[in-house]
Amino acid sequence: MSLAVKAVGVRKSFGSHEVLKGLDLEVAYGEVLCILGPSGSGKSTFLRCINHLEVPDSGYVWVDGSIMGYEHRGDVLQELPVARLRAQQRRLGMVFQHFNLFAHRTVLGNVIEGPMVVRGLRRTEAEARAMQLLDQVGMAGRASSYPAQLSGGQKQRVAIARALAMEPSVMLFDEPTSALDPELVGEVLEVMRGLAKGGTTMIVVTHEIGFAREVADRVLVMIDGEIRETGKPGQVLSEPGDPRVRTFLSRVLS
Amino acid sequence: MSTLQTPSPTSVPHVPDLPRADTPKRQRAHPGRWISAVIGLALLALLVRAFAMGQIRWDVVGQFLTARVIIVGFGWTLLISACALALGVALGFAFGIMRTAANPTLRFAAWLYVWIFRGTPVLLQLLIWFNIGLVFPRLYIPGLIDERMVDVITPFVAAVLGLGVNEGSYLTEVVRGGIGSVDRGQIEAAHTVGMTPGQTMRRIVLPQTLRLILPTLGNSAVGMLKFSSLAATIAMGEMLNAAQRIYFINGAVIELLFVCAIWYLAGTTMLSIGQFYLERHFGRGAAGSEPGKQWFRMRPRRAAVSGGA
Repeated sequence: MSLAVKAVGVRKSFGSHEVLKGLDLEVAYGEVLCILGPSGSGKSTFLRCINHLEVPDSGYVWVDGSIMGYEHRGDVLQELPVARLRAQQRRLGMVFQHFNLFAHRTVLGNVIEGPMVVRGLRRTEAEARAMQLLDQVGMAGRASSYPAQLSGGQKQRVAIARALAMEPSVMLFDEPTSALDPELVGEVLEVMRGLAKGGTTMIVVTHEIGFAREVADRVLVMIDGEIRETGKPGQVLSEPGDPRVRTFLSRVLS
Repeated sequence: MSTLQTPSPTSVPHVPDLPRADTPKRQRAHPGRWISAVIGLALLALLVRAFAMGQIRWDVVGQFLTARVIIVGFGWTLLISACALALGVALGFAFGIMRTAANPTLRFAAWLYVWIFRGTPVLLQLLIWFNIGLVFPRLYIPGLIDERMVDVITPFVAAVLGLGVNEGSYLTEVVRGGIGSVDRGQIEAAHTVGMTPGQTMRRIVLPQTLRLILPTLGNSAVGMLKFSSLAATIAMGEMLNAAQRIYFINGAVIELLFVCAIWYLAGTTMLSIGQFYLERHFGRGAAGSEPGKQWFRMRPRRAAVSGGA
């Protein structure tokens, strides 16, 4: 399998607090990786470093053939102009914990915004593709609704369709079900399960241990800005070697 | 010690006289409202009576209300207000966006603009624009314009510049606030679909900013209509100036001032109605926007986040 994402020595501090302490990671195309860990362990920050919403203090992330935000020139990493960074970022579909739908656009408007503005598709083309995607996430019937009229689960499914509309190489999910009422979690996980089955490369920061066990090809546990354990879900979740990972898992599984 | 007891049948109170479910209900009387209405009407009647019996000739008010000079003056008032507001909004958006720019030079330039034009009286600014020819006798832009300043800065141009540039300094701060209150997450989402900062500003941030600041813009429009009367001081023939020129001759001072008041009220009322429909139009997608509501309500409306202008 060829590599989709490779993080090399990613470090990030907020003030004097070091959130990421030099992380390395490789994700292959078609792989589904779930990142678990207690709150404040740096999972979300790491995910945001992957698509350069946060800039690593040192180290870098290589995605789909290029280094995010930089160009390797001689012995330096030269910062890229914003337009080229955005061209890299759109290869990573991002799904946020709080959906972040464009409040002034309808469901359909949210999905066609990127394809029309960034990819330069004509409206009819963009809408036809968007309706397919909305159908895939079960939201085609609400295409003309505004985000404020939707439930959390519906918003998140629209957000997934919006990310997919850019035809990304990798999908990133930042705690996609954490802001949802418990009875709405299932519909979002169902959509994600479908994507995983379809061969989409996914990196999922989540607290849904059950989802990780069932869907992930590989699970990674972060504690205090370090990767403490990584491997097949069955192995990591059932017999973790690291004592702190064992403590964390026993707390969330109980 | 109290312990939980299962109520025995004998401990249930006997309630034979409870009303039936379909018993009609009568609303509480509000005597305070009636009393205040009576007092209010009485005071209003007194006020009307005072003005009716005072030394004011209402026939003269009626006569000049539709006088040609006054109507033309009101036309100028509207034109100055519209042009100055357009200029103010354009400057407000331009400098407001600059205030949030990553480039420190742009940020500083916008700050300087606000500092100067919000920090000095608008009447003073009008007078300075009107007399700018004393500082720069000629306006010379190579290949574009080469004229005497007094020919360029007519009273109308001075009024529009003075009022517009001043209003722009206030609107700069309003736009900056509006931009700042657009959800950060949506901006990040725009970035992750690959939109550049310019596209994000144009397509995501500004449309939502516009909705947020619309009540304030309505205020500006109303304020501008009234502030345009300051242009009377620089010999601009708008409505107040026209009224003054008339009462210098016929001495009907208060009558003509009342004529102006009536026209200003008519203008600001129209603006308020227009503002209502604009806000309703741009409220689409916002939580709690009701498409069917009308501009005037008999019942009190709860304070909305954007309301209370």
